[in-house]
Amino acid sequence: MRLTYSAEAVRLAVPALSLTVLLAAVFWLQPRAMSYVGLNLLFNLAVPIALATIAQMLIMAVNDLDLSMGTFVSFVACVAATFLRDTPLLGTLILAGVVGVYAAIGIVIHLRNLPSIVVSLGMSFVWAGLAVLLLPAPGGQPPDWVRALMTAKPPFAPMAIIASIVIALVAHLLVMRSSLGVLIRGVGGNERSVERAGWSVLAARAAAYGLAGVFAVLAGIALVGLTTSADANIALRYTLLSIAGVILGGGEFIGGRVSPIGAVIGALTLTLAGSFLSFLRISPDWQIGAQGAILIIVLALRLLLARIEKREKAR
Amino acid sequence: MRMLGRISRKPWMWSWTAAFVVWFATIMVTGGASTFDLSQAALTFAAFSIIVGIGQMFVITLGPGNIDLSVPSTMTLAGTLALKLMEVDNAMIVPGLVIAMITGVGVGVVNYALIKALRIPPIIATLSVSFIVQSAAIWTNRGLRIKPPSFLADFTTANTLGVPNVAIIALVISVFAWFLLEKTIYGRWISAVGQSMPAAKMAGIPVDGTRFVTYIFCAVLASLAGYLLACFSGGAALNMGSEYLLMSIAVVVLGGTAVAGGDSNVPGIWGASLFMFLVVSMLNTYGLGAGIRLIMTGLIIISVIMLAGGRAR
Amino acid sequence: MTGDTLTAIVEVADAKVSFGAVKALDGVTLAIMPGECVGVVGHNGAGKSTIVSVINGGLTPHQGNISSDGERLARYGIGVARARGVRCVFQELSLCPNLTVIENTRILHRHLGGFGWRKRARKVIERSLDLVFPGHGIESDRSVGELSIAERQMVEIAMAFSDAGVAPRLVILDEPTSSLDAGLAEQMLGYVRRFVDAGGSVIFISHILNEILTTASRIVVMKDGRIVADRRSIDWTEHSLVESMGSVAKGEANRRAVRDLAGAPVVVEQIGPGLPFRAKRGEVVGLAGLAGHGQTRMLMKLHAAETSDWLARREATVAFVAGDRRLNGVFELWSILKNFSIGSLGDLTNRGVVDVAAEMERATDWKRRIDIRTQDLANRILSLSGGNQQKVLFARALSTRAPVVLMDDPMRGVDVGTKQEVYEIIRQQAASGRTFVWYSTEMEEVCLCDRVYVFRDGAIVAELEGDAVTEGNILAVSFRGAAA
Repeated sequence: MRLTYSAEAVRLAVPALSLTVLLAAVFWLQPRAMSYVGLNLLFNLAVPIALATIAQMLIMAVNDLDLSMGTFVSFVACVAATFLRDTPLLGTLILAGVVGVYAAIGIVIHLRNLPSIVVSLGMSFVWAGLAVLLLPAPGGQPPDWVRALMTAKPPFAPMAIIASIVIALVAHLLVMRSSLGVLIRGVGGNERSVERAGWSVLAARAAAYGLAGVFAVLAGIALVGLTTSADANIALRYTLLSIAGVILGGGEFIGGRVSPIGAVIGALTLTLAGSFLSFLRISPDWQIGAQGAILIIVLALRLLLARIEKREKAR
Repeated sequence: MRMLGRISRKPWMWSWTAAFVVWFATIMVTGGASTFDLSQAALTFAAFSIIVGIGQMFVITLGPGNIDLSVPSTMTLAGTLALKLMEVDNAMIVPGLVIAMITGVGVGVVNYALIKALRIPPIIATLSVSFIVQSAAIWTNRGLRIKPPSFLADFTTANTLGVPNVAIIALVISVFAWFLLEKTIYGRWISAVGQSMPAAKMAGIPVDGTRFVTYIFCAVLASLAGYLLACFSGGAALNMGSEYLLMSIAVVVLGGTAVAGGDSNVPGIWGASLFMFLVVSMLNTYGLGAGIRLIMTGLIIISVIMLAGGRAR
Repeated sequence: MTGDTLTAIVEVADAKVSFGAVKALDGVTLAIMPGECVGVVGHNGAGKSTIVSVINGGLTPHQGNISSDGERLARYGIGVARARGVRCVFQELSLCPNLTVIENTRILHRHLGGFGWRKRARKVIERSLDLVFPGHGIESDRSVGELSIAERQMVEIAMAFSDAGVAPRLVILDEPTSSLDAGLAEQMLGYVRRFVDAGGSVIFISHILNEILTTASRIVVMKDGRIVADRRSIDWTEHSLVESMGSVAKGEANRRAVRDLAGAPVVVEQIGPGLPFRAKRGEVVGLAGLAGHGQTRMLMKLHAAETSDWLARREATVAFVAGDRRLNGVFELWSILKNFSIGSLGDLTNRGVVDVAAEMERATDWKRRIDIRTQDLANRILSLSGGNQQKVLFARALSTRAPVVLMDDPMRGVDVGTKQEVYEIIRQQAASGRTFVWYSTEMEEVCLCDRVYVFRDGAIVAELEGDAVTEGNILAVSFRGAAA
């Protein structure tokens, strides 16, 4: 790889920098966090958030938005804690089916030119309803292999770190390196020119939604593995967190500008924000607020960078 | 027949019809025994979604991409702050209301300042603000749950001539909103901006001023709803707003307001809000659980948008 | 056809295309042979872009037929055209700005897929870039959005000439040099000549006449949707090209009496690249030149300088008449009445409340004055014909008290009768002291103005006044290299 000053690198600079600064601050406040166990604790919950963020990113790559991410992940968690454990075959079928539903939503949105926000809003009620039907009260148990996987203690680095790296790499290969990824991002960038070159925009959008469904399903399974039980409201915050994660990671709402590695970093940053405050002995009340503040700061930084870049270009 | 055709073309008719059908289906089961109670409860609970929904409707009317996600946290913060200031003292009712309003204005100003200054889509600006406001609410809410002043607690739960007081407040606000939209220059401006921002600009409309005022208006209505809801339910709970994030958007969509902007519909908000509550009670009466209710709500939203919002490619 | 007679790569026979009342193509026959570069020139609305769309398959002519390699094609579209090696560099950006140059190559060439496509795509595009623009310095793994405009255009051109399976045989270049500097333009023209010498074909559209004269082997002049001249380029001169593009008599009949405005005060002013812009009270100032050379931007600047985004002005100082009605003109959900009154609501409200009676009265008055053909002003604006919608937009602007009216080529697609009515109103209003700044792509209208600024490449390059406002003079400055 040549060391070029590419847009992607700049896009990654701000989120990577904010994560590093935050991590350094945490270590400075609490040196004991700089250990295998400490890191695992810090980033444990990041894995499902990172997966959900990648899912949201795929939808945003085609200029849409998914407001049902939180309820969908909750629903998957409920399925994983019941069917997937008791009747693995049926559970797998159900999960495959809902991925199909995601692709179908993409098709409907494209064909009827519907606003994705409203359709996914409707779907969020549907997923929430299904989850409540499945588990009216908190309960269920993750399949043993999921539990084992999520609590595994690999050598050198804790599971959460390794999983995050794997997620980032897989998503990077899929979205940034493969032909399909190029096509999906092309639809976000300039739908007309993709169409003019003879591609089916419908298929591209369906693929983006389908892939998003796959990642969201993985998010739900990972979440159950960590929490040991599921309930219908377990992941409601993921809708907003996943959007924030994509934006933090350098993604944009329109124009197909997304970065999978950035999205994972964004998810890690959001997870870390909470721990950081608790080390500062600021009350955990401000955990959510810190996430909002980080979001604003990063967006302001990005605007500043873009301004500087523009000025240099004009010179 | 022509008359019927004209009415059926009014977008608010659908939500009203749906609300009526559900209401009827419910009292059929109970044999009409609880008709009055049911109607009263529906009006009470719908009132809160109406107040919040009207604010959200104004924002959505501004055109694609405009949406206020900070509504639930604004409700919680306004309710919490007001109750804290009033400290169960009937003399502090007005200052409490004022502090709730100020909260709303503040959130609205910050929302639009971020949209403008960081040039980010409203959805992400209001999202970040909602995180911070939510934290502020949690922080102030700490400790004991404070009761509302007795007068307010009585007022919000009582009826006047059989009509719940909160519903009367919602009606007053609705009439005011309708007047703003239909009769004033500001209403024309919102609609113009929502239909086409470039065209509005070139027609000499102060686009930023219009949007700014609208975001403030939405946040103020959210705080008012939060104030009332906190008093109604005997105290501000931290999650009291959360239900209203999706609800506020849903009643706007179901009420026949154009999701693409430019066309708003006050009566539709009433129909949709009543409907949303009545579906719950109907399914309860039939012995069906929350799950089915949620699924049906979702399917209805999707069917509405597919019938109304489809533009052929 | 058989034997050694060359067959045309694409041949369009008697093509007719009309958009509403406007005939964009009125029976055009054009054959592009292998190994020739056909230059196409013409003024606004001559039909250049339309014939290009027909040849690249984007537009099916309403009449006439298309054949390729001696074979008549019943179903001709973008796909067929591409498969036969027809490529087009569009005036608007046709790449995905968020993707890298390599990824854009992948999108354009459908058959590059499979493992290792990045390497193949890089080879394809870098070879083409090196051939067309030696020493270009463009890194192909940068995203298109961060390239400069010139670099983007270079990539577009190289993309059109790139070969990944289907070799390019006919490349359409529509104003390809508009954002390239002289050196890069020369590189590209050199490559076009080599491409043509090697048996390829090019259709070349440009407003820089000596580019066309030195590069094309044959030049076609278009006017009013027809081909009016078709000669080898050595038989043309800059002068004869300009002459054959113009039509002498048209427009002169409408010429207005020259008015003396020397003493009138200047009401708007704008300093930009090129000559300064000034308009006096009661003056009709025309903005002319080829479409897209900065006229609309000038109007937007004038408008932005006089309006605020935050507070409404008590007294509007400018009013705007849109040309692109769908983009920045009509409010589609609204009635005719509301569309009309939105510009002058300040006069029609009392403490923010709209005075419905006054609104109706004024609208009815203007409906009569400008003859908007509708039963009921409460009908939706979209129920009107295009011409009548345009009249509503005129009425919106004229009914304000703004002393300056900006017009952004508002007569596109409007019928002749309406045009004459509007011309008359403009004449009357100018006489009573209103200033009009009028961008028009129609020569006839430009000739109605007191004074005309001609735009080229984003700047005002000439100011014509009175009798000097002629089609010949405007054409001469619109096309670079033709003046002097």
